[in-house]
Amino acid sequence: MTETAAPLAASAATTARPSTEGAGPLGPVPDGWTRAEVEDFLYREARLADENEYDAWEALWTDDALYWVPAGGPGTDPLSEVSIIFDNRNRIATRMKQVRTGKRYAQAPPSHLRRVVGNVELLGGRPNHAGGVDLEVGANFLAVESKPRGNELWAGRTTYRLRRQPGPDGAAEIRLAFKKVVLVDNDKPVPTLAFLV
Amino acid sequence: MTAVPTTSSGTSTRYDRLILPDRVHGSLYTDPAIFAEELAKIWHTTWVFVGHESEVPQPNDYVRKKLAMQDVVMTRDKDGEVHLLLNRCAHRGNQVCDDQKGNSSSFRCPYHGWTFRNTGELLGYPYNKGYGGKNKLELGMGRVPRVASYQGFVFGSFAADGPSLEEHLGAAAGEIDRLVGLSPEGSVSLTAGWLQHKTRANWKLLAENETDGYHPQFVHGSIFGVTGSPIGALYSDASTAVTRNLGGGHSENDLRPEFRGFDEPMRWFGTTPDRVPDYVARMEAAYGDDARRRLVEGAPHVMVFPNLFIAEIQVFNIQPVATGECVQYSTAVQLDGAPELNRRMVSQSIGSVGPAGMLLADDTEMYERNQRGVEALQPEWLEVSRGLVRERVDEDGFTIGAATDETGMRGFWKHYKSLMEA
Repeated sequence: MTETAAPLAASAATTARPSTEGAGPLGPVPDGWTRAEVEDFLYREARLADENEYDAWEALWTDDALYWVPAGGPGTDPLSEVSIIFDNRNRIATRMKQVRTGKRYAQAPPSHLRRVVGNVELLGGRPNHAGGVDLEVGANFLAVESKPRGNELWAGRTTYRLRRQPGPDGAAEIRLAFKKVVLVDNDKPVPTLAFLV
Repeated sequence: MTAVPTTSSGTSTRYDRLILPDRVHGSLYTDPAIFAEELAKIWHTTWVFVGHESEVPQPNDYVRKKLAMQDVVMTRDKDGEVHLLLNRCAHRGNQVCDDQKGNSSSFRCPYHGWTFRNTGELLGYPYNKGYGGKNKLELGMGRVPRVASYQGFVFGSFAADGPSLEEHLGAAAGEIDRLVGLSPEGSVSLTAGWLQHKTRANWKLLAENETDGYHPQFVHGSIFGVTGSPIGALYSDASTAVTRNLGGGHSENDLRPEFRGFDEPMRWFGTTPDRVPDYVARMEAAYGDDARRRLVEGAPHVMVFPNLFIAEIQVFNIQPVATGECVQYSTAVQLDGAPELNRRMVSQSIGSVGPAGMLLADDTEMYERNQRGVEALQPEWLEVSRGLVRERVDEDGFTIGAATDETGMRGFWKHYKSLMEA
């Protein structure tokens, strides 16, 4: 196991309080969003994750992204309690670099995955630190992961925050600012979770 | 599964045939009968790490834990004493405690309403005329007969008699002392919650790996490479670190020779004193001239038989589930009086350990592939010979090997054999 204190560079540490956490009550659903484009985005994100399309998946995130999979319940304070995943944008990049080496053995060979995203709800608007308002979306998911050790059935509730921002060609595109995945069984022992959940 | 070898020799024990000085038999990881014997002779006999006193800080706090497959409730009674109760009603055997943690002076069984004090003592039973009145029954919850703690680490032993916890810990106690000695208050808390990692492998594959300095550059090369981590070098062929058999089945990777060579305070933590000035000042106030040595040498990397692993800034609790399954519980060390370090330790732990950890998920992949591998019929044996050609005895009388040697594993197996033959 041989974990020494600091395998992750300081730049990859997630110690700053996330600006998007605890930001007060949700506002109304911001204008300019259609359910169809939201669902299209969620399904695309799910497909890229299922198919281990690391570059395209990573490109969905905003620079201030937060990817959080709490443990032991719905999640309280990720800065003082351990989570399964609590990645800022730097650490998402580190995670992606590791898996791209082909020697991230927990994901080499990659899992075979298919997930269904459903019960999509546009929940409201969440002010972001850039002065805009992100769209908060809730959904359920069910995924089957096939690994040499056997199949796993994963399920949970995902909260997304979506933001429209200019893409490389200048046209507005939807990006992912926040994704929190509360596994239904996160209060029990769970097996290795090395795919993109 | 490889079959247990038989021999015509009438004098050797079963474990003489399975555990040799330089190799161990594959059936030790796959034979359900051996697993059952381990439960009786190790997990239900020796001292087993269960949790930490800081998880039940206040009177009447409780938290549910595992001791092997037993569901136990760690309680702190109104006088401050810590107990380990078996989660079973004395009446009909129902589970008494449902919540994972809380604060209560008593537990009430949902089945027939029997109540028990958080020391295990029976308080009452409804409709008591059926038993001839109040206070007629001498029944209580089961208790782990011996509970003891060292530096707040709580251990339980199902054996009513046997070596004391201090005798069990032996030289490993000094490594726990090293850890708490990095707190300006001389104590640690395990209050950051526990990740629970289900692992489809025999528990001994984990216990052996914890101080295996041979694997990091291979299993963890992916994360060391992309983060530019200097850790791999600590376990290289050129490293001055040593693997030490601490006796009693305990072992460590002693990285201090490397850190003493660098002579840089806080290098072990991947930082510098100017980035954590309050912590350094508090350590100097607490320990004077000795503070610098502590900050240079850093935290221990020690496996305490059979299930406590302190990996510098993380603590692991390994509990068996079946021949081919166990659970790794892991948390971040929190040094009392060191808030600057504690948040970073939580963050580093999330990145490193648990089901998605960038280190531990790969270790766990190895454990699970290893478990499938040992199901193969040939060769029947697993090697533990690395470093036998260069082992030596240090000035304190401990056997030590190079950073990548299997000296720790050999110490594990020697103690394991002594318990299984007892």
